[in-house]
Amino acid sequence: MLSLDQVRAIADLARIDVPADDAARLQQELNGILAMVDQLLAVDTSGVEPMAHPQEVHQRLREDAVTESDQHALFQSAAPQVEDDLYLVPRVIE
Amino acid sequence: MYRKTVAELSRQLAAREISSVELTRSYLERIERLNGTLNAFITVDPEKSLAQARAADERIARGDAAALTGIPIAHKDLFCAKGWLTTCGSKMLASWVSPYDAHVIERFNAAGAVILGKTNMDEFAMGSSNENSFFGPVRNPWDLNAVPGGSSGGSATAVAARLAPAATGTDTGGSIRQPASFTGTCGLRPTYGRVSRYGMVAFASSLDQGGAIAANAEDLAYVLEVMAGFDARDSTCLDRPKEVYRTALARPVKGLRIGMPREYFSQDLAEDVAQPILEAVESFRRLGCETVEVALPNQRLAVPVYYVLAPAEASSNLSRFDGVRYGHRAADYADLLDMYRKTRAEGFGAEVKRRILIGTYVLSHGYYDSYYLQAQRLRRLIARDFAEAFKRCDLIVGPAAPSVAFDLGAKRDDPVQMYLDDLYTIPINLAGLPGLSIPCGFGGRGRPVGLQIVGNYFDESRMLMAAHAFQQATDWHKRTPPAFT
Repeated sequence: MLSLDQVRAIADLARIDVPADDAARLQQELNGILAMVDQLLAVDTSGVEPMAHPQEVHQRLREDAVTESDQHALFQSAAPQVEDDLYLVPRVIE
Repeated sequence: MYRKTVAELSRQLAAREISSVELTRSYLERIERLNGTLNAFITVDPEKSLAQARAADERIARGDAAALTGIPIAHKDLFCAKGWLTTCGSKMLASWVSPYDAHVIERFNAAGAVILGKTNMDEFAMGSSNENSFFGPVRNPWDLNAVPGGSSGGSATAVAARLAPAATGTDTGGSIRQPASFTGTCGLRPTYGRVSRYGMVAFASSLDQGGAIAANAEDLAYVLEVMAGFDARDSTCLDRPKEVYRTALARPVKGLRIGMPREYFSQDLAEDVAQPILEAVESFRRLGCETVEVALPNQRLAVPVYYVLAPAEASSNLSRFDGVRYGHRAADYADLLDMYRKTRAEGFGAEVKRRILIGTYVLSHGYYDSYYLQAQRLRRLIARDFAEAFKRCDLIVGPAAPSVAFDLGAKRDDPVQMYLDDLYTIPINLAGLPGLSIPCGFGGRGRPVGLQIVGNYFDESRMLMAAHAFQQATDWHKRTPPAFT
């Protein structure tokens, strides 16, 4: 079961702001989901290889050649804030 | 015109009995008239659609048309289409116009198909009722108080109400098959790796697969032929020989071995769903198929396994939405971290947040082995069950959903109840297998029931052939919602 502090720590890792009056509801919902998920913890899976992908094929390799063209102006046209071809974010170094 | 199938429209366009402009206009008018009630489309752009229709008519006149040239197709709003809003049903992307085409869209464009519009969906494809859309819920045309299923609910409703002859969807845990079942349409999720995921906004990358919803198996064959194909830009897309699914349809089904998993015919299944499913099995027997009982003993763990793996993959995929490069950005914030946190709190809806948080938790230090690796081990056991079953049968049949469509609001406040609705579809995604749902009757309150047909890897031809044979012998797929005929 997740404690309120754990819920806040997870939300912090996920970079999602959780208002103080919302944390208890969220805690209850997440614990409801985990109660269902926790059924799998009891199953003995020793000797079973984890399966990451349905088709177990090797990563394809390609020629080391340029395949993308420069479209930064197009892509940056969707950004919230751009200046001199750079994405702007709040100052991080004082 | 809107009552016709893709196959019929394709013949009429080729014979120049109708034009693509006429056809596209008739669907746009129908959308204009009915979308206010159904909310199946998030975006229509008549000017763009009609420009493609005119180009298609010229191509047909030149004599170099392909099967889908001039056919309007609706696309789930997570397929990027250049110049079109691509919202994923989220506030996060509510005003994002894609600068490029998904591989699937490129292929439809190359075939001369017309983009009819972008369909509503559960936010980032997370949901089984289409109530998680920032743009409001979609209604089920069979009963406006019922959900259409999800997450491809807009696509399913669009096809069921004949607002589109066919539509694309995606299926991560049942998001094509369950809404197809709820709306009396036909929905196909291909084998993982059959359709490129390039330009399909990612939810859970090892489970996501693009597919289609249409009125019958033949139309699914038409659409899959265009969608399927190798694309080097998706590292898990597989290079397979091209198949002409349409030619496989007419093959005889006599002697096919149909597997019935005992776990799919258990007490979890509502009586009103079990009856039509068993009658459908009987139809296959009359067509000369043989039925065998098979077992999927680890199937009961599929939902818990899925709710570790899918949220884990979602939490990493959705980390890209940070308010820096595209999408929503909060208006007020103190610093960079605060900007991320507020942007994501405002941009994502409740269900998406729940899944990101569950995913973050199961991947976090100290829990990774017990949850994530354990779920991956169980995933292998679930896949092995299918491999064993397919030694004894050619196809597996069962219900696509444990009940008929439920009422709007019925499960909205109980996420776990909503998750359990996908218990018959999720195992197929975990194994990476192809599955489809076709209508096979009606349950309580006249709501449709879908029969799920699961094939072995890359066996879509055989699945479509069986579905087609069933549809030659029955007429469930021809029933249309009375208020929208």
